[in-house]
Amino acid sequence: MAAPANSPTRSDAAETVEDATGPGRFGRLRRWLPKSVLGRHALLALVGLVVLVLVLEATPPFANSQFATMSYYAIAAAGLTVLTGLNGQISLGHGALMAVGAYTTGLLLTPDGLPLVVVMVIAAVVTALVGVVVGAAASRLHGPYLAGATLAFAIAVPGLAIYFHDFLGGEQGMQITAPRPPAWFSDAVYFLSANETSGVKFLAYVGWVTALLVLLLLANLCSSRVGRVWRAVRDDEVAAELAGIKLGRVRVLAFTVSAACAGLAGAVLGVVVRLAAPSGFTIVLSIGLLTAVVVGGLGSLTGALLGSALLVFLPPAITDVGTSIGLDDVQAAQLAPLVYGAVLVLVMLLAPSGAVGIAKRLVPGFGRGRGLRGRSSRDHHSTRRS
Amino acid sequence: MGKIWPRRIRRRQALGALVASAALVLAGCGAGGRPAEGTSGGSGGGTTTGLTADTVKVGAHFPLTGVAAPGYSEIPTGTKAYFDWVNAKGGVNGRKIEYVVRDDAYNPTQTSQVVNQLVLQDQVFAVMGGLGTPTHSAVLDFLNGEGVPDLLVSSGSRLWDQPEKYPQTFGFQPDYEIEAKILAQYVAQNFPQAKVGLFLQGDDVGVDAEAGARRYLEKQIVAVQRYTPGNTDIAPQVSALQAAGADLVIGFNVPSYTALSQLQGLRLNYKPQWVYSNIGSDASLVGSLLARFSQGSVTDAGLLDGAITDSYFATVDMPDDPWTKQFDAIWKANGIGGELTNYRIFGMTQAYTFVQALQAAGPNPTREGLVAAVEKTGTSLQGPWAAPYRFSADRHAGLSGVRVTKIVGTGQQPLTGVMVTDNGDVPVTPYTAPEAIPPADGIPQQPAAG
Repeated sequence: MAAPANSPTRSDAAETVEDATGPGRFGRLRRWLPKSVLGRHALLALVGLVVLVLVLEATPPFANSQFATMSYYAIAAAGLTVLTGLNGQISLGHGALMAVGAYTTGLLLTPDGLPLVVVMVIAAVVTALVGVVVGAAASRLHGPYLAGATLAFAIAVPGLAIYFHDFLGGEQGMQITAPRPPAWFSDAVYFLSANETSGVKFLAYVGWVTALLVLLLLANLCSSRVGRVWRAVRDDEVAAELAGIKLGRVRVLAFTVSAACAGLAGAVLGVVVRLAAPSGFTIVLSIGLLTAVVVGGLGSLTGALLGSALLVFLPPAITDVGTSIGLDDVQAAQLAPLVYGAVLVLVMLLAPSGAVGIAKRLVPGFGRGRGLRGRSSRDHHSTRRS
Repeated sequence: MGKIWPRRIRRRQALGALVASAALVLAGCGAGGRPAEGTSGGSGGGTTTGLTADTVKVGAHFPLTGVAAPGYSEIPTGTKAYFDWVNAKGGVNGRKIEYVVRDDAYNPTQTSQVVNQLVLQDQVFAVMGGLGTPTHSAVLDFLNGEGVPDLLVSSGSRLWDQPEKYPQTFGFQPDYEIEAKILAQYVAQNFPQAKVGLFLQGDDVGVDAEAGARRYLEKQIVAVQRYTPGNTDIAPQVSALQAAGADLVIGFNVPSYTALSQLQGLRLNYKPQWVYSNIGSDASLVGSLLARFSQGSVTDAGLLDGAITDSYFATVDMPDDPWTKQFDAIWKANGIGGELTNYRIFGMTQAYTFVQALQAAGPNPTREGLVAAVEKTGTSLQGPWAAPYRFSADRHAGLSGVRVTKIVGTGQQPLTGVMVTDNGDVPVTPYTAPEAIPPADGIPQQPAAG
């Protein structure tokens, strides 16, 4: 019954059914949206931009910095959820791909050198090239073997920074000068909100504008022919191959797109953290990204956003709760990983389809045809059965 | 519900309402343009964020969880105990010190997040004792950009001594270069025939240490080996030192690699005279690591007996030292239980210095005033440390010297008096000023720096 979102006649039909049977709020909402997929996604991105300005201007500086942090997790998690959820490839190596992006940014970003945008694009391109190589090696592997290969990659890359310590700064890392907000930007923000733009807030803007752009591009990609091909490869390799799809090429492409996102995320991380150091790109980062994707809901861009919000906002909240119930600093700090682990276990047991899965079960029609989301495998299977 | 209006009209209404409210919101918060310059009022007296009439808030980042937590997570417990002690006796100029510690798990990405939290949300007056070279590098720019005093960084890197670039940041420990110079001079004088091998951590620790060691041992060094932190197989390095015939090895490494090098030496039947830097020589920690790495076949730090190292403040194995006694009393009164350890003394020593700096900044301190006070009084501060700080308007380097010692059991025996030096070709000289005595109630009385 779940009709493909990009077929206007059939989705209209589905909506009529909804209106007759259920609350259908989302169905009605959809009637306002432009008919074309690109238009719908662009409108959502625009709404996202307005929300972004309102949120960043209304929240205190520390929240701004948390949003800046969330932005790079969101970019990387969006790239990973497309790879894992849509194309069925697991990657434990995205932390290392972020390192490639961050180190590229560190090498190229000088106070009087290339502008930030150019550096970020170069970082994405360089990481995409690394992604081609890793993707080509990985395209023949499945399941645990693929996880193992990307894990090796994740562990090897930070070692390179230590080995070439004269060039890449070794263990203590490479300091990155965070760009100051340009005058026209602060003036524009001041015009809108009467707030001065701190360095932290500017970085949050940089991160989130990048994130919205990435989400827009990914959402379009997912609902295009490319996205359908990726899903076909994920669901049934033999059928896909019979349909004339070249499996290897599709897998490498998916990995490359995902790597480019990770590289962009790494570039944002570099300027937000102001440092690229091996200890920032341990396996914990890769696993954190995978956690965000899984907790949010595999294959869903909305889920990637929710998951990255969890990564950023949960640990400090838990630590504060710990302190307020009278634990000492060390115990409060240890509480965060504990709760974090418990949440992950509970999600796996009770809601394997993640936060988006729960939302869908609670609110019929949630997320159907909403642009910023690929369809989860559950959706897809039901399509196949019907 | 909602069947009063046809859908089309409802839709228009909703859209209209949306546009109107968005316009209202924008109009409400918009400024339209900047007011003329010079209207923003300022008291002009300096920044007092984090300071009230009766409190002053101090922040720190430490690894409280993760691989670096054992040992290091004890430092802030010592600091807190000392601040509580001072608070119980009325605080500094009537202000109680609120100490906020946040966990960065020794991950620079997390350090930048928690320091953002300390500065932007907790609004600390100053940051003190932040631990680690890669971790603290991530926040150097931010803290200096925000004008937050960044005192007593817990790392021997020379990055913290750049007053031109980072005017808010001050070091704490003797840096690895001067520590290596003092150890190397001792070796050159007392083991002139030794063939010296260097066992170095493959980062700035090793680079600075080698530079220092070569000033006195250039002719005696026969091999230099580096390890990569995280790689626990150091058999190639230790075999290479053995093959080069080194009969004295100077190690600038963290405690786990002290334990690994000892075990590897046992395996190869290689028994040089070991010399370890202060960071790698906490005998009780190394002992427990040895037991763990050898799965119980080596049970204590006995292997380290006779190794040469150095120290720069009172330690727990000197129970008769007046400072150790004082810190023990403070720990018993305000600690969170457990034994007093060298890490806790480390934290208390930093706290002691901070209280002095705050007193020197006068009854109405500002962030600018605190930094100026540290620069003015830095070299004259007296406390549990062996040799004075090198703080001045041109220098932000930490302590200037150490005492060379020998490990006996889990304690240390002094081999020399306190030796002081500085970076570059400054000679190593004995420090002759008398040792500081702890004040009666353990609280310094630093006069305000005019």
